Amino acid sequence: MSTDAFISIQNVDKYFGKFQAIDNVSMDIGHGEFFSLLGSSGCGKTTLLRMLAGFENPSKGEIFIDGQPMSEVPPHHRPVNMVFQSYAIFPHLNVRDNIAYGLRRQKLTKQKRGDMVDEMLELIALPGYGDRGANELSGGQRQRIALARALILRPKVLLLDEPLGALDKQLREQMQLELRALQRQVGITFVFVTHDQEEALTLSDRIAVMSHGTVLQMDTPSGLYEAPKTRQVASFIGTMNFFEAEVKATNGAIMDIEAQGLGRIQLPRGDRHFNEGESVQVAIRPEKLRLSDEKPEGPGHTVQGHLKNSAYLGERSHFYVALDGMDAPVAVSAQNRTRIAPDTSDAKPVWLNWSEESIVVLGKD
Amino acid sequence: MSTESYIRRPNRPLQVYAIIFLIVLYLPIMFLPLFSFNDSIYTSFPLSGFTLQWYGELFQREPVWNALMNSVKVGLWTAFLSTMLGIFAAKAITKYRLPGQNAIIAFIMLPLVVPGIIFGVALLVLMSSLGITLSLYTVALGHVIICLPFAIATLLPRFEGLDPSLEEASADLGENAWWTFWRVTLPVVWPGILASLLLTFTVSFDEFIMAFFLTGTEPTLPMYIWGQLRFPQQFPSVLALSSMIIAVSFIIVFLGQWINRDAHISTRRKGAKP
Repeated sequence: MSTDAFISIQNVDKYFGKFQAIDNVSMDIGHGEFFSLLGSSGCGKTTLLRMLAGFENPSKGEIFIDGQPMSEVPPHHRPVNMVFQSYAIFPHLNVRDNIAYGLRRQKLTKQKRGDMVDEMLELIALPGYGDRGANELSGGQRQRIALARALILRPKVLLLDEPLGALDKQLREQMQLELRALQRQVGITFVFVTHDQEEALTLSDRIAVMSHGTVLQMDTPSGLYEAPKTRQVASFIGTMNFFEAEVKATNGAIMDIEAQGLGRIQLPRGDRHFNEGESVQVAIRPEKLRLSDEKPEGPGHTVQGHLKNSAYLGERSHFYVALDGMDAPVAVSAQNRTRIAPDTSDAKPVWLNWSEESIVVLGKD
Repeated sequence: MSTESYIRRPNRPLQVYAIIFLIVLYLPIMFLPLFSFNDSIYTSFPLSGFTLQWYGELFQREPVWNALMNSVKVGLWTAFLSTMLGIFAAKAITKYRLPGQNAIIAFIMLPLVVPGIIFGVALLVLMSSLGITLSLYTVALGHVIICLPFAIATLLPRFEGLDPSLEEASADLGENAWWTFWRVTLPVVWPGILASLLLTFTVSFDEFIMAFFLTGTEPTLPMYIWGQLRFPQQFPSVLALSSMIIAVSFIIVFLGQWINRDAHISTRRKGAKP
């Protein structure tokens, strides 16, 4: 366990009957970090969160929170609180009693308790809502009350299980900003589960991308986006164009790659370790490709193709370009230009241009 | 109107059917209160005149009061026991994935269709072979068996509607199992428990066959009525008593259904509505 890890998950397995939900997962989460578990449904992210909360126990391995092993600690004694996906607002209590629910065991005066609840209502920007019934609240309000109910206990870790999933797009974006601001304000470690990669990128300090019970990659948002380590991660976060390729030669710091559709590419080797003759994949993000009607002058690589299709999305447009030797067209994303929905029937040649630092080389899966 | 889809169109024959259904179901029962106000000891048309005499007479009779108290005692015990057992069963069925769960539920519901006389005889044999003296307690025991399906049928939807994350949230907020039950589980399922108590009380209060087999020397109210049927001159007051039992049963059962009316609106919600 590294010294600054606040939560340390060590070699954890989880079986439900014969089904393995978590397969040898280890991760360290720092103090005050906004950490996301990202993956499609059934990848084990919620199971991992529930193990942190204590609702499930690891079949193997150990979880440490603030240096303490957690396997013998029941949920009601853990220094964590959770915001549930359904919010789990108690339907028989009003807002005030919902928020004050966890304070019973702290022997507080009525006055002190009331002040703490008012303070929380202030924090979640719902002052004066204390006497509302649980069923008189909108989705966004319920979400905030679930948050206040957990935060009033000053947990060391706040666990959030897709808390924004039920909100509509506009409210979700607003709550994302508020959640991030709140996390900085209270300085608590947040562990956030989501299947929405955009949400994870917006909110997180670090993200663990999960699939089939394993962690594929753990990195900062820009690290995951710019330098994915596997094809799975690359295609899960954003859109990515992939090209089959082969390493032709490696001389010193330069790597010579023959990529289908793109032709010969020379790349600085960097910290990539590929052997001569090895099959690899070359990947590039749609927005890193520049599309032009004329053959571009200047630096970078260029390849010629034919425009197949385009989609107008307002501030951006997507273009699909067919290259020789490629079955699937290459996606290009561009800030909108005057050129809108070009005629695709004339099969006019177009040029794609890119710089070598935007290329990602991945091992064969 | 012909443009209306058949899904939306009001179904006239079905409405007529429903009304006929209710008439056939309740008309025979309605003769009881009708003749109980009739100023004649013969239950035949034409009605001769209105009187409250038969009701007045009932309150003068000590055996009626004794039988009533016996029935109330048995009813309260039965309601309490069968609802308690029902709570544990409903909790177990909804919380844990038991192997053969559907079979278990089917067996619990079986007393609804097994003839009361078979249960009555079986329990009587059991009691006598164990040497247990028949009393109101044995009646209550028989009634618990009959009432358990009613208790479970009332409680199960409530417990199924209880979002498991509510109990998890309580644990997460620092409460142990005991306090979670008192502060979350019980208040949320409370209307179901109340409805179950009222329903099982009513079923026990009206039950005759089990009481007939299992009672000792003290009769319950239905048994008292059965005993009075031998005396033709008592018949009008039996009608009056029956009418009151029907009225009270209706009121209690409707009250229970009304308290528990939102059982199907579950507390499980994915996200929320504005």
